[in-house]
Order: sequence, then structure tokens, then C-alpha cells
Amino acid sequence: MSNFIIEIKNLYKKYKNSEDFSVNDISLNIDKNEIYGILGPNGAGKTTLISMLSGLIKPTSGSFTINGLSPKKDSSKIKQIIGVVPQEYALYPTLTAKENLLFFGSLYGLKHKNLHKEIDEALELMGLTKFANKKVDQFSGGMKRRCNLIAGTLHNPKVLFLDEPTVGVDVQSKKAIIDYLLDLNKKGTCIIYTSHHLSEAEEFCTKIAIIDHGKIHATGTPQELVERVANAENLEDVFISLTGKELRDVV
Amino acid sequence: MLYKLWRSFIKEIQLLKRDSGGIVIIFLMPLLLIITITLIQDSTFKNLEGSKIPIIFIDNDKSEVSKVIKKELETSKTFELVTDYNEKSAEKAVFTGDYQMAIVIPENLTKDLNSNIDSKVQTVVSSFGLEPDSTVTKAVASKAKDIHLYFDPATNAGFKNSVMNAINKMVFEIENKKIYKAFQEQLGTTEDLENKSLITFKEITPIKGKEELMPNSVQHNVPAWALFAIFFIVVPLSINLVKEKSQGTSVRVRVSPTPYYIHILGKTFTYLIICIIQFLLMVAVGIWLFPLMDLPQFDVSGKMLHLLIVTLFAGLAAIGFGVLIGTVSDTQEQSAPFGATSVVVLAAVGGIWVPVFLMPEFMQKIAQFSPMNWGLNAYYDIILRNSGISEIAKELIFLFLFYIAMVTISLLYERKQNAV
Repeated sequence: MSNFIIEIKNLYKKYKNSEDFSVNDISLNIDKNEIYGILGPNGAGKTTLISMLSGLIKPTSGSFTINGLSPKKDSSKIKQIIGVVPQEYALYPTLTAKENLLFFGSLYGLKHKNLHKEIDEALELMGLTKFANKKVDQFSGGMKRRCNLIAGTLHNPKVLFLDEPTVGVDVQSKKAIIDYLLDLNKKGTCIIYTSHHLSEAEEFCTKIAIIDHGKIHATGTPQELVERVANAENLEDVFISLTGKELRDVV
Repeated sequence: MLYKLWRSFIKEIQLLKRDSGGIVIIFLMPLLLIITITLIQDSTFKNLEGSKIPIIFIDNDKSEVSKVIKKELETSKTFELVTDYNEKSAEKAVFTGDYQMAIVIPENLTKDLNSNIDSKVQTVVSSFGLEPDSTVTKAVASKAKDIHLYFDPATNAGFKNSVMNAINKMVFEIENKKIYKAFQEQLGTTEDLENKSLITFKEITPIKGKEELMPNSVQHNVPAWALFAIFFIVVPLSINLVKEKSQGTSVRVRVSPTPYYIHILGKTFTYLIICIIQFLLMVAVGIWLFPLMDLPQFDVSGKMLHLLIVTLFAGLAAIGFGVLIGTVSDTQEQSAPFGATSVVVLAAVGGIWVPVFLMPEFMQKIAQFSPMNWGLNAYYDIILRNSGISEIAKELIFLFLFYIAMVTISLLYERKQNAV
């Protein structure tokens, strides 16, 4: 059996009213236990790629498998082993953190004591135990982000898709989130992660793909990427070198 | 699956519990609606003391006919006659909306009516070769007189027609009476020819046991407006679904292994409970509050279980419609006005405002496809026609199929929009 948990072959996505492909012939293999960063400027196709892999939108053409399962045949099985943490706070603002987590955990078949145990442990790790019974709309941005992350990981997924999980949070929350993700990865979760924080990605990711205009421009470990580009001192230099300095305003 | 459904149901209940303003609106507005509409509609059926309509009455005849008309109007308990106007000032007062109508009895109406009738009767009697009573003077026919009716241009057409019919009937009876009297005089007979109706009407109402079921405005209004209120569940339910899209929580549901229909079933159970509570509150108002407001009591004796079954199926139909609107709408600005307007349209088509039999033929055919019409018929069958479940099975099946159709379309739409 292949060691790749995700295998993507010639994946394309073109939205109805768009002239260009948002994802344009992407082929990629991701190892188990990897923390894989997908980096690119605004409109590069990062969210579209993650949305296709997590089953939210349909590819125009191409195929992929997750843990050897095809979404066309085994959509339900794939959904059981993946976790998704969207960019927005996908939580019910008028419910408490615990009520939200009880509902989202139950969607993955977690029940009773087991569900409560998972929730309590995750809240503890994220420093949210004393706010468990507070309504989410009273939370700060960082608390919401942490709760959002717990909601997507309660069922200990084999693959976790994260769309900019640390955007708009303070340093403390960011550290808590990264530590939590590293812990998950140690326990065997493969993490696919998009971000604009290049220094964070450089530290956090074991492998990175830089994409732009829907195409992959480079893949490798952060160190490999830095070494590959002349005069590059860090990932930001690599990024600018590959994607240019032109502003990327997307409508 | 049952546990997932249970948690989904609990989540919906928790969301509702946190929205106390929304709860008040969901339960109080239907009560306000049913009380207001019943009070208004009841006054059109029942002539309550103190709710008489003031109209202008100008008597230029001041004789027998005008006195009879005046007496009839006064005893009808519907009108309060205002007499201190002349025709010109009355016209102005009515056309500016100060009064709903004015009745102007022309000068010499009695005298001219008498001479017209006498002249015609004399002609008839002569044509039979009979000698008219010699003591009766030869009558000369005069021109027909007009009773002038002025209506406020804003007056409801139904009210206008019923008043005109009532006056027409009064005049017809006076004329008849006078014709009989004229024959009596011409023929010199003493036999009582007074025009008592030869055909009368007797309304036969449904009988339950030994009790006669007498429909009243409350028996009509409570089920009709309860149904209307139940269908308004479409608005909060569609907003609930749209909110989940804008909050991003629907994304979590879509990426989870739980089928979307479980999510919809959770909402269905929650909102079905709301529908039942709404109905029970409206029934409670009909039973206990209406009598205190001088309205007839809503009679549900022996019918409550049947009514609850209809409510359950009507609620399902309303929920299905709400799910569809919430699924296809992208924003609350789309779902709320569309939901509210479409419920009003469904109510109009379904016969809540105007009975279906009064609609044009084309609309009557459309009404057969309105879930509100099925629900209303089922309620009326139970409350007014004393039917059982077997007689309303067709309506219940239609309501259930409507729910299934709406939810199926929603699920297909959702899958088409989102699935891999």
C-alpha cells in the first residue's frame, strides 16, 4: 500500500463565471504524518484546492484519493477520516463552546462519555476549560479560533484541512494553536494547512507547496526551497521570487 | 443515526432558547393575529350593540313607504340612522368618506307607488272582465321613482352589494304588500291576502349525537388563521438555514459524515413542536379567552386529537416549504420577504382570505394545489363537517407528500450545489 495519504492527479477547477482555472492541473502526493503547507498569494487557488479535497466543491476534472479512498465511491468514509477547520469561525454564536462541540462532535458519531471526555481534554489543551459554558459570541477572536479548531478535530481525523487557522489571533493564541496541531500530528494526523504567515509555515511545516494561478510552482521542505532559490535567506524570499511582487487583489 | 438526530434536535432547541425575542414573536404574533382577525370578522357576522354603522337617511317622502324602510333599517341593528342632512350635504359627507352611505327617499314616493299599483291592478281586473269596486277612484300611473343611494367610493364592494340587496328586498316586499292590498280593494274581498312567504328556508346543520353543530365565526376563524400562522414558521426556519450558511456552520455539517437529511430532520422535529404549541395556544385562546371577549367559544369537544393530527401534517408541509426557501436562498434579505410573501400568496390561493368557491374558475383549480387549501379543508371537515380521519386522509397524504417533495428538492439542490 502506498505511503501517501493524499494522491492528487491532474486536478482542475474552473468556476462557472470565471475565465481562468482556479486550480490548474495540480498533481501532488502527501505522506502520512506530514504537515503540509500550501502557500500562495490571494487568489492562488489554495482554498479551492482544500475545498475540493474536503468535499465542499466539485472538481472540474482530475481525481484524488484520501487514504486510498475515492470521493466518488467512498465519500462517506472519507468524511469520517478527515477534519476541516474553515477560515471563518464556523460556530453557532449563541451556543456555548461546549454546546457547539457536543453538536459538531456528534456529527462524527462521538457519543456520551467519550464525546464529553474528548471535549474536556481539548478545551483543557486550548485553555478554554473555564469558558466552556460561555456563549461563543462573548469570545475574543483568538478564543473563537481555538474553539473552531477543536470542533474540527474532536474525532481525531487522519487528515486535517486547515484554512488559515491563525489569521487574526494574538501570539499566545497562535502558540496554543500550533502546539495543539503539533500534538495532533504526533498522534498520527496528517495536516494540510494554508497560511499567509510564511515564517510560521517555515517553522511549522514539514513540507510546502507554493502555488500561484492555480499551479504548483515548487514543492519541498522549507529548507530545500530556500536552498533552491539563489540569494534566498528565508521562505519569504522564495515566495517573492516564485510569485513576484505584483499586488494580488481578488474580487 | 438516532443519536446524531437527537443532538441535532437538541442544538435547534438550544438555538431557539437563546433567542427569547424570536420565541415571543413565534408564539405571540399568531395569537395576536387570531384575536384581531376573529374580532374583526365576528363583528361582520354578528351585530353587536354599539358597533352599528352610521348612515345618512333623508326622508323626503315622510309617508308610509319611507316609514317602513326607516323602521326596517333601524330594527336591522346594523345601522344607526343620521337624519340631520339634506341630499346635497349628504352627498358631500359620503363622497368625502365621513359616512359609508346615504339613502335619500324621494318626495311623494308612497303616493306615486300607490297610484302606480292601483292603476296596474285596475287594468288587470278589467282585463278579466271584472268590474272594479265602484267606490275606488280611477288611478293614474305616474313615473317610477328612484331611491338615491350614495356610497363612499372606498366602501367595500361586498358591503355595498349586501346593503343594496337588503334595500331591494325591503322595497320589493313593500311593493308586494301594496299590490295585494290593491287587489283586495279592487275586488272588494275581505279575505286575508297578505303576502306571507309561500316558500321558506330552513338550514339543516350537521348533527353530532343529539347535538346540532352550529357554525360560527370562531369555528371558521380559529382553524383558518391557525393554519396561516403555522405556515409563517417558514420565515424563522428559512432564516435559520440561511444563517447557518453565513456563519459557516453548514460547512461543518456538509464535510461531516452525517447525511444532510439528518440535519433537516432535526429541524423538522423542532419546528413541528413549535407548530403544535402554536396551535394549542390558539385553541386555548379560542376556548378560554374568546368567551371573555364576547366572542363565541371555540368548540373542540371530541375533535382535539383529529385537529392535532391535521396540525402535524400541516406543520410538516410548512416546514418542508421553509426548508426549501432556506436552502435556495443565499441571504436573509432573500428568504425573509420571499417566505412571508409566499405564505400570504398561498393563504390567498388556499382560501384563507376568500372562500375558494367565490374565486374565478381558474383560481379554484390553482387552489386545489395549495397546501393551505388541503389543511383548511381538513380542519373544516373535522370542525364544521364532523368528519373523521378517514374522510381527511386524502388531505393528510397530500400535505405529507408536499413535505417530502420540498425536502427532496432541497436535498437535491444542496447536493448539486456542493457535493464532490
